[in-house]
Amino acid sequence: MSLPLRGLWTEWTLAVAFLREGRAQSLMIAVGVAVGVAVIVFIAALIQGLQANIIERTLGTQAHIRLLSPDEVNRVLPPPAGTLQLVQEDRRAQRLRSINNWQQVSATLDRLPDLEAVSPVVSGPAFARRGEAVVSVALTGIDPARYRRIIPLEQYLVSGRLRVGADDAMIGKRLADDLGVRVGMKLRLETGQQHSRVVNVAGIFELGVRELDSRYVYLDLKQAQSLLALPGGVTVIDLTVADIFAAERIAERVGRLTSLKAESWIETNAQLMNALTAQSLSTNMIIVFVAISVAFGIASVLSVSVVQRTREIGILRATGATRRQILRVFLLQGALFGLLGSVLGSAVSYLLVWVFNTFGPGLFYIPVPPVLVVAALLLATLTGLLAAAVPARRAARLDPVVAIRYV
Amino acid sequence: MSEATHEVLRLEGLRKSYYLGRPNETEVLHGIDLAIERGDFAALVGPSGSGKSTLLNLLGLLDTPTGGELTLLGRPTSGMDDAGRTALRGSAIGFVFQFHHLIQAFSALDNVLMPLMLARGRPDAEALDRARELLAAVGLARFADARPNQLSGGQQQRVAIARALVTQPALLLADEPTGNLDTRTAGEVFELFRRFNRERGCAVLLVTHDPRLSATCDRTLELVDGQLVSDAMNR
Repeated sequence: MSLPLRGLWTEWTLAVAFLREGRAQSLMIAVGVAVGVAVIVFIAALIQGLQANIIERTLGTQAHIRLLSPDEVNRVLPPPAGTLQLVQEDRRAQRLRSINNWQQVSATLDRLPDLEAVSPVVSGPAFARRGEAVVSVALTGIDPARYRRIIPLEQYLVSGRLRVGADDAMIGKRLADDLGVRVGMKLRLETGQQHSRVVNVAGIFELGVRELDSRYVYLDLKQAQSLLALPGGVTVIDLTVADIFAAERIAERVGRLTSLKAESWIETNAQLMNALTAQSLSTNMIIVFVAISVAFGIASVLSVSVVQRTREIGILRATGATRRQILRVFLLQGALFGLLGSVLGSAVSYLLVWVFNTFGPGLFYIPVPPVLVVAALLLATLTGLLAAAVPARRAARLDPVVAIRYV
Repeated sequence: MSEATHEVLRLEGLRKSYYLGRPNETEVLHGIDLAIERGDFAALVGPSGSGKSTLLNLLGLLDTPTGGELTLLGRPTSGMDDAGRTALRGSAIGFVFQFHHLIQAFSALDNVLMPLMLARGRPDAEALDRARELLAAVGLARFADARPNQLSGGQQQRVAIARALVTQPALLLADEPTGNLDTRTAGEVFELFRRFNRERGCAVLLVTHDPRLSATCDRTLELVDGQLVSDAMNR
């Protein structure tokens, strides 16, 4: 053990020579491992690709975190000591309110390293009217430069231009169809506060989400503020984060920092996240069970090999091989089975993915992340090493006297 | 003192039992006392079942005695663990078996190098030289790259002898080394043992059934029913 590298040269040479000698056996188990690894890499890549695609589509039309004013609550005066107080309370209706001091909050958030974009938004309900037709809509006042970093509206534009402000508005494709308006036509927006304004449809977008495309109307902050009677206010601050899976944690931190209600996309899409988690779980189960069957394959081939090489093990022991050296020879063989098989399997999985991407349904593209391949190589090699443990121990424990006489 | 340094191996009351502590416990060696010195060339003879192979395995540290002491090159071995005995075996003892026992996956040269590779890792130039020299000494210089299955029985046994000598052991143990060979080849192999004993001074102990072979050795040890019944110098 004092010279592990120099010592390993001999074990390596023996392991490779044994593998070469049992060529057919080695090849068969390597192919077995390869099939397992190919399945693991392909399924993992497929599911990762699918999930990334779903998440991308989901997050393409919403902020990662939304900051809202905390709910208004009734305050109850504490009763004098010794008095029993019975309170019957109706929850307060939540009126549209501006976030207090939002300019300063927004400036603070701009400096947080976890956040990629900060966009104050004012949003509220309204009606869009054209002639006799009235449709309820969601007014959203934005600062386009900031908002585009939350939702890249230019990507979703189907006609017209990305322009809000100075009586220009952008509306969803379905809403435009429902009202029969095209770019350049006029639309009247009314809110419950008796405010109303005629706007010019500058652009029509299609986010691909029915609910949004039939309700969203984008204005600039000023117009929306005046329509919703919130001069100078914003109701929501939209945020995006670099690591989308850290959204929940960051939301909690930002919420505490600003004393606002913070909702992460993970929270608002709990069902989707549940589905994705269940899917990942089943993928992981497939991976674990395939790995287990690969491990048993390697273990059984090596067990047979130990029996076949009993006499040679005895000779090696008689010529000065220690138990540890014998152990390492067989551990190395197991690791080599894993490594060879996974190299072959990774190549096959690349082929499978290529076939899927080229001839498959074409709904989405699967990338094969190099990390996945490296992980598969490591996993298979480690599995081989572990699988070899039992046969290798048996080889190391052989009594040389008995082993040499073994025919 | 000079007496002690000439001694390769000393056995004192060496005993070996099988099925120790069980009702069918059998003692096969009943206290052997023996000393082997540098340059000894001894034959170990005796009928089948007398314990020759058991004794040889004990001498080669492949097996552990159940009683007595075995001192190899001045080092008592009774307290050693498996790793210690393996290290001592690797450096002090060369084995030649009846069935040549080469590793089929390696060439003749690599088989000869095996004890050195196991002890020191990748062979250096000196190790390679020594292995080639030994192959040449057993007359197989041309067959360095041949696989064992490409060699005849006598050639394989000569490779095994070269392997046993590559660590320059103090003691060469051979279990029926010629038992599997025809008379002429057996004679050649036997001559090799003689030559290495003379030229390199290593002690040789052969187990043999062949009375003609034992007669040409310098010393004959006779084992009957687990006891050394005679220890005679020939001529």
